[in-house]
Amino acid sequence: MTSKSSNNWGILAQYEDPAALTHACEKVRDAGYSKWDAYCPFPVHDLNEAMGLPRSKVGWIVITGACTGLLIAVLLQWWTSAVDYPITVAGKPFWAWEQFTPIMFELAVLVSAFGAIFGMLALNGLPRLSHPLFDSERFLRASDDAFFIAIESKDARYSETATRSLLESAGATSIELIQEDQA
Amino acid sequence: MSVVAPPDETINRLRAGLGQQADGSGDGTITSDPAVRAPLVIGKSAGSFHEVTETVCGWAESKPPLAWYPLFAIASTFAGIATLMIAYLIVTGVGVWGLNNPVDWGWAIVNFVWWVGIGHAGTLISAILCILKQNWRTSINRFAEAMTIFAVICAGTFPGIHVGRVWFAWFLFPIPNSNGIWQNFRSPLLWDVFAVGTYFTVSLLFWYMGMIPDFATLRDRAIARLERKEKFGFITVPVGKVAAFGYGILSLGWRMSFRGWWNYEKAYILLAGIATPLVLSVHSVVSFDFAVAILPGWHTTIFPPYFVAGAIFSGFAMVLTLLIPARSMYPGMKDFVTDRTLENMCKIITVTGTMVGFAYGMEFFIAWYSASYYEQQAFIIRATGSYWWAYFIMISCNVITPQVFWLKWARTTPWFIFIISIFVNIGMWFERFVIVSTLSADFMTSSHGYYSPTYVDVLTFCGSLGIFLTLFLLFCRFFPMQAISELKNVMPQASPHPHNDDHGGGH
Repeated sequence: MTSKSSNNWGILAQYEDPAALTHACEKVRDAGYSKWDAYCPFPVHDLNEAMGLPRSKVGWIVITGACTGLLIAVLLQWWTSAVDYPITVAGKPFWAWEQFTPIMFELAVLVSAFGAIFGMLALNGLPRLSHPLFDSERFLRASDDAFFIAIESKDARYSETATRSLLESAGATSIELIQEDQA
Repeated sequence: MSVVAPPDETINRLRAGLGQQADGSGDGTITSDPAVRAPLVIGKSAGSFHEVTETVCGWAESKPPLAWYPLFAIASTFAGIATLMIAYLIVTGVGVWGLNNPVDWGWAIVNFVWWVGIGHAGTLISAILCILKQNWRTSINRFAEAMTIFAVICAGTFPGIHVGRVWFAWFLFPIPNSNGIWQNFRSPLLWDVFAVGTYFTVSLLFWYMGMIPDFATLRDRAIARLERKEKFGFITVPVGKVAAFGYGILSLGWRMSFRGWWNYEKAYILLAGIATPLVLSVHSVVSFDFAVAILPGWHTTIFPPYFVAGAIFSGFAMVLTLLIPARSMYPGMKDFVTDRTLENMCKIITVTGTMVGFAYGMEFFIAWYSASYYEQQAFIIRATGSYWWAYFIMISCNVITPQVFWLKWARTTPWFIFIISIFVNIGMWFERFVIVSTLSADFMTSSHGYYSPTYVDVLTFCGSLGIFLTLFLLFCRFFPMQAISELKNVMPQASPHPHNDDHGGGH
């Protein structure tokens, strides 16, 4: 909870409701910031447009997962049934692709589901144990009913006064400086 | 699709619980005009996002309702009995069950299919209804997903123990034996392992992913009350710290960032997309266990769709069986699980029950039409032979009882829905029993034999209900029972365009 050095991580601004948050995001987007984020207790509809976010990359991970699963299923069933130790059962062919389809489908689904959830977590940089924002007492309400924008000091356009006044003019109800948490 | 939005005044009346039925009953969500969208969150919780958080987190943070304790005691006793019965089976052998020749598949497979079927409602509600944009699912999806996980755990137990020598159960997985022989990938029994295994894993991931933001909510509330302590006898437990640590780990550091939400929503809809064919495939594959066997009464192409319809039917019934008592036990749950939610579920039960009834009729018709003597005999013996009573229970519980939901009173009266849901659960168990007991009359009249379960069969089954209920009660005690962030998202306040509210949260 305590930071040893007082490096500034960024500015946290609170907004009244989803409409105010959307409006403020549009302003921050138009001002050209890149290292910033909005925080809300649920995914506010159309906020991606207000923030100017590109399409999520999760879809590519999922399709890669599906192809991998399919390939594993084909190789596993073909190699074990037709190459490594072929056994005649009920006169069925060794390479019986019709009867291999259920497992091909199931493994494709399984690996793409892994891709969806673990890919999503990886893209979000999770799991992680700590974050500078968690030091803010006000921020605890982000998971309840509060809406925030945080702009990081790493952003090229960041300046403590100009960024602050941008967030204020966008209708912030409170502004807080967040310190870097350096262990 | 054009949907008429009610005028603001009607919405407000409904939200305040004023739009009751003519006789003054109900919570006002049942409207006479089906095109009018009922509010999804009503009562006190509809007031603000904070009220939703308070209501749902309150269940996990405060002491459970009084009825929870006796229920947990009974459930865990039965879970203990199941453990004893399984231990007895393992040290003795499958002879302790009532299996005989020709009925060499007994209650174990009946229970397996029944439990897997029940497990279908969860992913159906969270995946298929998500894709169909049925927002009323928000109040029941967490509940149903949890039920799915626990039902599949119970289901998985039975094939695991019915192999007799459980120490050979590893051969279910693609691992060669000591002679280098592999599993037979051309057999439906192996497909089953992959289908049920995938279904369990994907359902678990789906359920967990949905809970990550809600665990973050519980974590933040626990941090705000970190110093809370509670006394259990002589021991003082720092519950605040334990909760903050536990929920903190489970939330994986989720911090409600929109860049995170953006990937999350994409992952969620893709998971729903791939889980939809998965739900339909699992019970199809389970039905192949029977349908691929060249046995009269089993070898039918109607089995996959008929099993899937039955699975949805029994799954919805089990959700109602759990939901209706929970709804009256937990304060504020009626704000989310409205009369309209229950009514919608009753309609699905009637539809799927009718589909199952159609399948029963079609099976008989095809048996006659096939002109196969053995096929016809199998069905006549099923309906009129020594197991006629099982067939009778199946038809009356699965085909006749769900038709009462054509009456508005029946589908809007919770205690009555509860009773019908129990009937459906019983009926679906007997459907599986009827299929399995077809084995008792095979090709040779001389080898016909009657099958009855032993006390071990019965107690193992009752015990599996105990395992299910124990897990479920633990879920009710510690986990977010409703999808908090999803509920907030379907509230009118969530709209970023408050003065253009004609799409009613239906995104």
